[in-house]
Amino acid sequence: MTTHHRIPRRRVLQGLAGAAALGALPRFAHAQAGPFRIGLILPMTGPFASTGKQVSAACRLYMQRAGDAIAGRKVELILKDDTGLAPETTKRIAQEMLVQDKVNVLAGFGLTPLALATAPVATEAKVPMIVMCAATAIIPQRSPFIVRSGFTLPQVTGPIADWAAKNRIRRVFTMVTDYGPGLDAEKTFHARFRAAGGEIAEAVRTPLRNPDYGPFLQRAKDAKPDALFVFVPSGEGLAVMKQFDERGLKQAGIRLIGTGDVTDDDLLESMGPPAVGVITSFHYSAAHESPENRAYVESFMKANNGMRPNFHSVGGYDGMHLIYEAAKKAGPGASGEQLVEAMKGMRWTSPRGPMTIDPQARDVVQTVYLREVKMANGKPWNVEFDKFENVKPVEG
Amino acid sequence: MIGNLAGVLFDGIAYGSLLFVISIGLSVTMGLMNFVNLAHGAFAMVGGYACVLLMTRAGLPFLATLPVAFAAAALAGIVLERTLYQRLYKATHLDQVMFSIGLVFMAVAATTYFFGPSQQPVRLPDFLRGQVQVAGLGLGAYRLFLIAVVALVTVALHLTMTRTRFGAQVRAAVDNAVAAAGLGIDVHRVFGVTFALGSGLAGLGGGLGIDVLGLDPTFPLKYMVYFLLVVAIGGAGTIKGGLVAAMILGICDVAGKYYVPQVGSFIIYFLMVVLMIAFPAGLYGRRA
Repeated sequence: MTTHHRIPRRRVLQGLAGAAALGALPRFAHAQAGPFRIGLILPMTGPFASTGKQVSAACRLYMQRAGDAIAGRKVELILKDDTGLAPETTKRIAQEMLVQDKVNVLAGFGLTPLALATAPVATEAKVPMIVMCAATAIIPQRSPFIVRSGFTLPQVTGPIADWAAKNRIRRVFTMVTDYGPGLDAEKTFHARFRAAGGEIAEAVRTPLRNPDYGPFLQRAKDAKPDALFVFVPSGEGLAVMKQFDERGLKQAGIRLIGTGDVTDDDLLESMGPPAVGVITSFHYSAAHESPENRAYVESFMKANNGMRPNFHSVGGYDGMHLIYEAAKKAGPGASGEQLVEAMKGMRWTSPRGPMTIDPQARDVVQTVYLREVKMANGKPWNVEFDKFENVKPVEG
Repeated sequence: MIGNLAGVLFDGIAYGSLLFVISIGLSVTMGLMNFVNLAHGAFAMVGGYACVLLMTRAGLPFLATLPVAFAAAALAGIVLERTLYQRLYKATHLDQVMFSIGLVFMAVAATTYFFGPSQQPVRLPDFLRGQVQVAGLGLGAYRLFLIAVVALVTVALHLTMTRTRFGAQVRAAVDNAVAAAGLGIDVHRVFGVTFALGSGLAGLGGGLGIDVLGLDPTFPLKYMVYFLLVVAIGGAGTIKGGLVAAMILGICDVAGKYYVPQVGSFIIYFLMVVLMIAFPAGLYGRRA
């Protein structure tokens, strides 16, 4: 090792400067030239396709209403299908979007495992990742570039536990789907309900791919609780409702309570009269009384063949709002860090009501409503009757 | 505990009946033609969607749509058998599997394209809703109806197979296709008709099952394992085997979920392993 070449210091400095310029140039070019691209990854096929359909429709609606340019720079929405429960696929699509399409923001993410798989990709590429649907509490901790526009399960579960304890419900049987958000819901409900003096009769977890809720509900009926608390992912509520009705749990004096996923607006019409009387707590109902929401529901249904917007749709709509406003505030040529910085602390009135992005947690602080299913104009709706303001994403 | 047992048995038998009517066609065609048809669930889905379309678009009552579900699936079966399936009877099992799984994906994509990805609603007539009290036990009216229909279908199927000329031809062809052909039986035609019949029964099951299993475009994939389990445990080519296997699966699945919800949905797979070790050719199988 005695004969190694001596390189003049000046050459080294020149080389370093050159490399730095080379490194900076394409970044700069990518940030300024061409449209501002939003890469939307959603399950458009497979068992969770209804989520993808709702969110993509809401994102398109936002662009239609807010225009397809931010401060003169054109906005382009690139939608890709990750087919549902395949984290590796979601991650690969995110990488492709960053490398090939040079997207400025990643968005979507139908289920928790998909968001968790993509988090390292966002960190590495320093690109904001807007989680519109996935609702497990821990998600934003997995990358400093994650900002959530949807909701968290602990956030929407707390209020129904308090309501139950105050309304002469003493023993509750809980049934949740066995994955991240379900466990979050179970944990929060048990803690809050017990703290308020309630008793958990029994807790069952149903598999994520479950054909038949019948036996679980029969077990719930035979346990004779005052109420049955249910969490299932969007799209599964119909099957639960059917069995709840057929097995006569209501006649046996058991009330159905849960998070609003169970009485999903997308499926509520198909559930029909048996759903009447179900009490849920949630951050969004298509029946929310506000001028913003009336305009939102009307234009959404008009653009989508009468499909009712559900809670995932507002996650998408508000996610787009967050991206637009951040790009306006930080300038459309801003870096990923600057965009995330601009999103922190942002506050606006969504169709769901007032909401804020917590600057530390990069998560949603919002109003959670208590709702009861009632018939109006021959159709069931989640009618709000009480609310809890500024609920934090994670509450004890 | 004991009081619930009757209820669990009842639900299990209802679930098993449904599995039986959907899977029996698969079992018979597998025994008859030695063809691995993973797309069998797609025919059940055809029946289900036929029911839903007739109910929602044409306003027919649920019961009137069931024969149409049978006919639609049988028609789809015979068309595909004549145009595609029969080309692969001599192919290797791998080719058959690739072909039929491809057909499943096409069916899933086409259904999503035309009808959207969500669960389809079904409106049952009032007398099939709620529960009926029998000897102090609350039984689901619809499940009672399900068991009755499947009992009728089973009896009809049994009589067809044992008392008719066609049934004799099918049994002969299952036992030895070459010898049957040598005796002047048009094995080709027997295959076609059996395939259509099996698909039709799957379609009927698909229609009957909307209320219990749900109906969305991923139906053929979601339940594929269950249908294959019935055939694997019962043994290919027998009606009796299919019936017993479907009942065992139905009852164990429901009982598992009811009594041990922590591991409930795992029970049937465990059962399959045990039964396959004990009976490698299936409970009533004649061929490995």
